[in-house]
Amino acid sequence: MTSLSPMEESLSPRLELSGITKRFPGVLANDHVSFSVLPGEIHALLGENGAGKSTLVKMIYGIMQPDSGEIRWNGERIIVVNPKAARKLGIGMVFQHFSLFEAMTVLENIALGMDAKIPARDLEARIVAVMSQYGLMLEPHRIVSTLSVGERQRIEIVRALLLNPNLLIMDEPTSVLTPQEVEQLFVVLRQLAKEGCSILYISHKLHEIKALCDTATILRGGKLVDTCDPSVETSRSMAEKMIGGNLKDIQRGAGRTFGEQKLVVKALNVPKDGPFGTALKGIGFSVKAGEIFGIAGVAGNGQNALLLALSGEVSAHDHHAITVGGAEVGHMSAKARRMMGMATVPEERNGHAAVPDFSLSDNAILTGRDRLGMVRGGMIDAAAAWTYAGEVIEAFAVKATGPGAFAESLSGGNLQKYIMGREIMQKPDVLVVSQPTWGVDAGAAAAIHQALVDLAAQGSAIVVISQDLDELLSLCDTLAVINEGRLSPSMKVADARIEEIGLLMGGIHGEGAAHAH
Amino acid sequence: MGADFIIAAIITVVGLTTPILLAGIGELVVEKSGVLNLGVEGMMLTGAISGFAVTVITGNPWAGVIGAAIGGALASLLFAVLVLQLNSNQVATGLALTIFGTGLSSLLGLSFTGRIVAPFLSVFPASLSADPILKVIFGYSPIVYFALLMVPLTAWFLKSTRAGLILRAVGENDLSAHSIGYSVRRVRYAAIAFGGAMAGIGGCYFSLVITPMWAEKMTAGRGWIALALVVFAGWRMGRLLAGAYFFGILMALELYAKASGFSFLPSQFWAAMPYIMTVVALSFISSRGTAGANAPACLGKPFLPST
Amino acid sequence: MRIKLEKRREPSMLMLVATPVASVLVTMLIGIVVFDLIGIKGFRAVVDIFLSPLLASYKWQDVAVKAAPLVIIALGLAVGNRAQVWNIGAEGQYVIGALCAAGVAIGFGTIGGPVVVVLMVAAGILGGAAWAAIPAWLRTRFSVNEILSSLMLTYVALQVLSYLVGGPWKDPNGRNFPASAPLGDGQTLPVLFAGSTVHLGVAVAIVLPFVFWYLMKRSVFGFQVRVVGSAPNAARHGGFDGKQTIWLALIISGGMAGLAGSMEFAGVLHKIDLGFPSGYGFTAIIVSFLGRLNPIGCLIAGIVLAVTYVGGQMAQTTVHIPNSTAGIFQAMMLFFILASDILVRYRIRLVPSAPQLVAGE
Repeated sequence: MTSLSPMEESLSPRLELSGITKRFPGVLANDHVSFSVLPGEIHALLGENGAGKSTLVKMIYGIMQPDSGEIRWNGERIIVVNPKAARKLGIGMVFQHFSLFEAMTVLENIALGMDAKIPARDLEARIVAVMSQYGLMLEPHRIVSTLSVGERQRIEIVRALLLNPNLLIMDEPTSVLTPQEVEQLFVVLRQLAKEGCSILYISHKLHEIKALCDTATILRGGKLVDTCDPSVETSRSMAEKMIGGNLKDIQRGAGRTFGEQKLVVKALNVPKDGPFGTALKGIGFSVKAGEIFGIAGVAGNGQNALLLALSGEVSAHDHHAITVGGAEVGHMSAKARRMMGMATVPEERNGHAAVPDFSLSDNAILTGRDRLGMVRGGMIDAAAAWTYAGEVIEAFAVKATGPGAFAESLSGGNLQKYIMGREIMQKPDVLVVSQPTWGVDAGAAAAIHQALVDLAAQGSAIVVISQDLDELLSLCDTLAVINEGRLSPSMKVADARIEEIGLLMGGIHGEGAAHAH
Repeated sequence: MGADFIIAAIITVVGLTTPILLAGIGELVVEKSGVLNLGVEGMMLTGAISGFAVTVITGNPWAGVIGAAIGGALASLLFAVLVLQLNSNQVATGLALTIFGTGLSSLLGLSFTGRIVAPFLSVFPASLSADPILKVIFGYSPIVYFALLMVPLTAWFLKSTRAGLILRAVGENDLSAHSIGYSVRRVRYAAIAFGGAMAGIGGCYFSLVITPMWAEKMTAGRGWIALALVVFAGWRMGRLLAGAYFFGILMALELYAKASGFSFLPSQFWAAMPYIMTVVALSFISSRGTAGANAPACLGKPFLPST
Repeated sequence: MRIKLEKRREPSMLMLVATPVASVLVTMLIGIVVFDLIGIKGFRAVVDIFLSPLLASYKWQDVAVKAAPLVIIALGLAVGNRAQVWNIGAEGQYVIGALCAAGVAIGFGTIGGPVVVVLMVAAGILGGAAWAAIPAWLRTRFSVNEILSSLMLTYVALQVLSYLVGGPWKDPNGRNFPASAPLGDGQTLPVLFAGSTVHLGVAVAIVLPFVFWYLMKRSVFGFQVRVVGSAPNAARHGGFDGKQTIWLALIISGGMAGLAGSMEFAGVLHKIDLGFPSGYGFTAIIVSFLGRLNPIGCLIAGIVLAVTYVGGQMAQTTVHIPNSTAGIFQAMMLFFILASDILVRYRIRLVPSAPQLVAGE
């Protein structure tokens, strides 16, 4: 707590944490964390995935209780027993994963967030007032499932603002927004701060923190590293504090050349799966041997449907829509496509890419049994699977007790390394991965990136679907943007401009995007 | 086929419909809160015996109905503790409740076998309830009016009250409801107990009204039809009422077919008809993609908060 | 103090085995207390129900004969339940299996011999499988919940039985009772030991669990069933067809129920009447859970449940408890096994109660 200006010192803190500690089985999520937030201050809580930011704010909001340490509110020691108590104090929170009810209306969703019983008509009037005050427009009687992600976030914000909060906690609010939506959000937050509301802003995006926040508290591995003023820090200096100087640059082979086309997708159409799904409309792109192709986009724009259509979990019904190494596979099952050399890694590790309560060895059987010859006469060669799992663990430095360890006993990063290894060591001609480093610590992320680059260097074609634009820009050769189930034309990463990508992510296919061909 | 026949037919249908309507209302509320309780049959049997026992002991059928509600609710709480507190599999636990309810009701029923109570019929004056025309309105057991009253009441509760809103929210997204600060378990306990009470009252309609005596397994699978009814109704109260009458008419057809001796088809054909039609109706409803859209998103899934 | 659940990193193998045993013991304990409370000699009743059949060697053959259908049906149900396919209509498939076997026997008239018996049993398997194929078709074609459809079809099967034994198949020499004519010589399953009631089906019930165990552990099909049940999306990702799994799970469990029905008919009862459906199809659900969906577990659990059946009958005469008591004990065992499931994945800790201070006075 070094860099408070004289003016700020005259104010007493609104929120003060001292020595907050929280332990989960096997992890120390927060280790004696202490900092304070002043009235009207926009205070960043900066740290990587897994640094303990979310756990910390969950304790402030009363969802969890600290094992030890004190929370003070306007100088008084408090125990926040539950979120209701937090709201009573004037603490509002907007979650990273929205706590919304898809099948209900905007109005019903907001009413559920209110503790006092307000007649529906009065509530509607108050909602409209708040919305116009901050420029957050929403139709109260729309069903949430029909709204865009940005609109859904507005519900959460309106819900929090109706309580006239003195402290608003925003958990990774921009991870699902387009750059333009981010700007609109910042306008609202600045206006709130000017009115005296404190904001605790959780993020790992340095440029946002520099643009928005007055103070930044940096966490690493559950410990407080520093509290600093982002306006005097450089992005680089904050990144070093956040990551701890462990970041390795990706090693790319010099003079990369692409080979023949390995994956061609042409006019791929898939109807939407269920009332809340996204349909794919005329997706087309191609990837050459040795090329890493990135697909950017805001969450929920068809990324999941695209992965399922490419893996064969959802059939395209059209032979020609997908070709792998010249062979048409559009009509083939997931199993047949895997035999043709197509491997995929879906976004969700637990329950999709891997079976949580199966051993790593059994999880090797899941996708490797045919390609690696683990099946003979309908019977599984368990010894072969065990050996293969051991090789993956070894080659990808997976921290596990061995091939017999259950998938769910591994940390997110280690399980992701295992899954990536399981696919990469099958030497696929085409590898499609979705969110390869989501929720993974920096060391594992770097290892995964390196493995992808190495696989490409061996002549495989790679598709990376990610919401993390920084990841794509640093990893990929070529890039396209998916929005509402449509894919933009491909562009060379070297030529791409961030504003154009932002516009495409926001669904603007106008002039800004036109010359990207 | 005169007016007499039509009036008699209506009275038969209303009688056959009432138990499945009551149990169906209860199960709809339970499922709206995100819980699948397959123990309806067991709760109905528990209600049938406890309603009958209380009526025999007190001589008061009103007390009997309350006893049936309490019996059904207590049985449902067994299920609730397992499912909500211990996260047991809902399908298996519901089955266990049906097996348990069947055994328990037979055991409790031993000392009541062969006894008879006065049927719990209309409380309106005979000038209304026995009138050849007016009895179509006034000639029913109070349980029938209660069931019909509960349809709009429950619909209003779910749609327009704050408690109903919270109940639907818990069934729609239990983790979100938890993170906002609602007690998912408390809401579900209440819903399950309500479902048990309604199934219990539905069960005692057999032992107090249809045949005012106790017989083992007297609900004859109607609990399962009530479960099918909720799916059939697409979790909407209006359609639940319509569906209950659809099944009521089917069951009445069985009685009339047997009575009038449609001898070209064996009586077993008519006895199997309600079950066959239930399967056929479920096929029509389930194959329409929109039917599931109104299903509570958390139905049947265990609630596993991260804290 | 309050109870806190803590997720284990891996399921506890000890608890997996210990909880079913504990469930049986706790059921016995509660039985003693409850019976004493309602004025029956509790200890005597529980001993009679759970232990006497094991201590009296002349009851062993009864236990074996009762256990055989329970084990065979439970093996099939365990496969389905592992895949989260809920066939609760085994009772109907059991009845249809027996009827199909009876149909073959009637078709052959007085002709007997091993071929006829094998054909009868084969017909039973096919009949049960076909009856279970209806819910499979409805589920995969129209998304009809198989729990409801398989149960509805049980009621239909009972009416089919009632029609056949009361009409076309009624024994002309049977004093007008609705029952089929007794099987002729050479149409019944052979007994294993001369002078006993232990028929060939008992041997089948002992061998099959080991076959199922091997297939579930080692075969691609067993792997498929386990993945589909544990993580359906992962199964799809791994290239396993969910619909195919539903078909196989229902056909196998239906076939097993049909097998049990045909053997009960050809090996024990030798005729079919309205009392033929005795609830084995429902009790087998308990067996499959008490056996932890493990084939060898099903064998042991089937014997335990058979003991309670035989013991329940013994206790009826010794302490005059009603027939339904055994059913309550069986349901209680199922409750306890389901309740203790949580111990496999979580450990229970006692922690000091959280202070209940309200924030911001």
